[in-house]
Amino acid sequence: MNESVESLRQTDAIAVERVLAGDRDAYRALVERHSRNVHRLAYRLTGNAHDAEDVVQEAFLRAYQKLQQFEARANFGTWVYRIAANYAIDRLRQRQKEEARRNQPEERNPDGLEQDPLLQVRDEKPTPERLMQSTQLRREMQRALSKLSDAERTAFVMRHWEGRGIEEIAGALQSNSSAAKNTVFRAVQKLRHALEPFLESRPQARVMGTEG
Amino acid sequence: MNHPSEEQLIAYHDGDAANRSEIAAHLKDCGNCRTELERIEALLHALSDFPVPDPGEDYERQVWQKLAPKLPEKRAPWWQMWLAPRHLIAAGALAAMVLGAFFLGRMTKGPSPATPMASVEQVRERILVVAVGDHLGKSEMMLVELANAEPRDAKNKLVDISAEQRRAGDLLEENRLYRQTAMQQGDAGLASVLDELERVLVDVAHSPGEITNAQLESIQKRIEARGLLFKVRVVGRELKQRQEKSQPAPQKKSVAGERNKA
Repeated sequence: MNESVESLRQTDAIAVERVLAGDRDAYRALVERHSRNVHRLAYRLTGNAHDAEDVVQEAFLRAYQKLQQFEARANFGTWVYRIAANYAIDRLRQRQKEEARRNQPEERNPDGLEQDPLLQVRDEKPTPERLMQSTQLRREMQRALSKLSDAERTAFVMRHWEGRGIEEIAGALQSNSSAAKNTVFRAVQKLRHALEPFLESRPQARVMGTEG
Repeated sequence: MNHPSEEQLIAYHDGDAANRSEIAAHLKDCGNCRTELERIEALLHALSDFPVPDPGEDYERQVWQKLAPKLPEKRAPWWQMWLAPRHLIAAGALAAMVLGAFFLGRMTKGPSPATPMASVEQVRERILVVAVGDHLGKSEMMLVELANAEPRDAKNKLVDISAEQRRAGDLLEENRLYRQTAMQQGDAGLASVLDELERVLVDVAHSPGEITNAQLESIQKRIEARGLLFKVRVVGRELKQRQEKSQPAPQKKSVAGERNKA
């Protein structure tokens, strides 16, 4: 562990101690230090800014409410990250259940995409940059990601987009490391089956409209 | 070894493979497996470009502003406040002063008909005066340094206030205790100044160690707008004067009473 990470953890530990001693404002330092990371995870798990924002707020609120139970005070960042992941997974599951109950077959799009939170980017404005990114490959990626189970999507996002370790993923999924590793594998395998035919028709992998 | 499985190659790519050296050796000799690994890399590379919109420069502050009203106060019991590790220094200083005042009183005062309750009140007040006077002196020095810190000319240069930030963090702990003690003793004037000081200390203590010129100016303006430095200086000096003049004189008016009246 490098010095700056250790220093950050010590600063976190002091802030946690102050909050527990009654200094609510000390929580601001923790929120400001970790909210961007939590937002990135939340967006990747939920697929849209509106839900991501709810996850960020709820994660920091729950962390504050449970701060007394927080033992490893030097790892606040990891802790709130896990709370966010768990809440996002619960939220995805709940939404899928609700929509499965509510939706009739005739209401579905032919490809069923309206159920996928990753495609519900209702708050995104069609800027030229976003329009450029809205290529067919991106759509295929969204479709493939939406077909992963909650655990697979979480495992994939945490391992490949967030660079988190297997142990941490296992913690978020409430499973063991062997099962978490297998979940990551299943996710990548499914994505390969869904996307490789498309990738192979392109000269390079970086053809999704973001290569500039 | 045999050809590694797809799962082993993905784990190898991720750095999670148990038999990493064996797979690496196999990959040197096996073109098919290298091609397979390249396909996995290509897929994951393409997926890594999946964009996350930037929530904006001010995002952290926005999260806090939305969250803060939802957070209930966490009120720790007073004894827990004093026993928290970072508070022990201030608690120890106060305890030493109590003992010092007690023994000094025993050594210097002969038998006196003065009422015991009045003496206890005066001792308490003197302790507060000494401790808070010292605290305000240190706070004043920190505020002066911060108020006079020179913003750098170059636009992108950051100003290092990490030393002030650390001192503000330490002062914040003491400040909270003295403010609570002042409130308990009914010294509303002192509690008010300490409350104002605390807000600035919170801002400074929670600032980054290096801040932009604009952020430095913002902090300086806050100090200036509240006239905080002036108030701290006046109250600090007043307390020091009281401390110097402090003699066991029963007829003397209470410092707290005078300041509240003012």
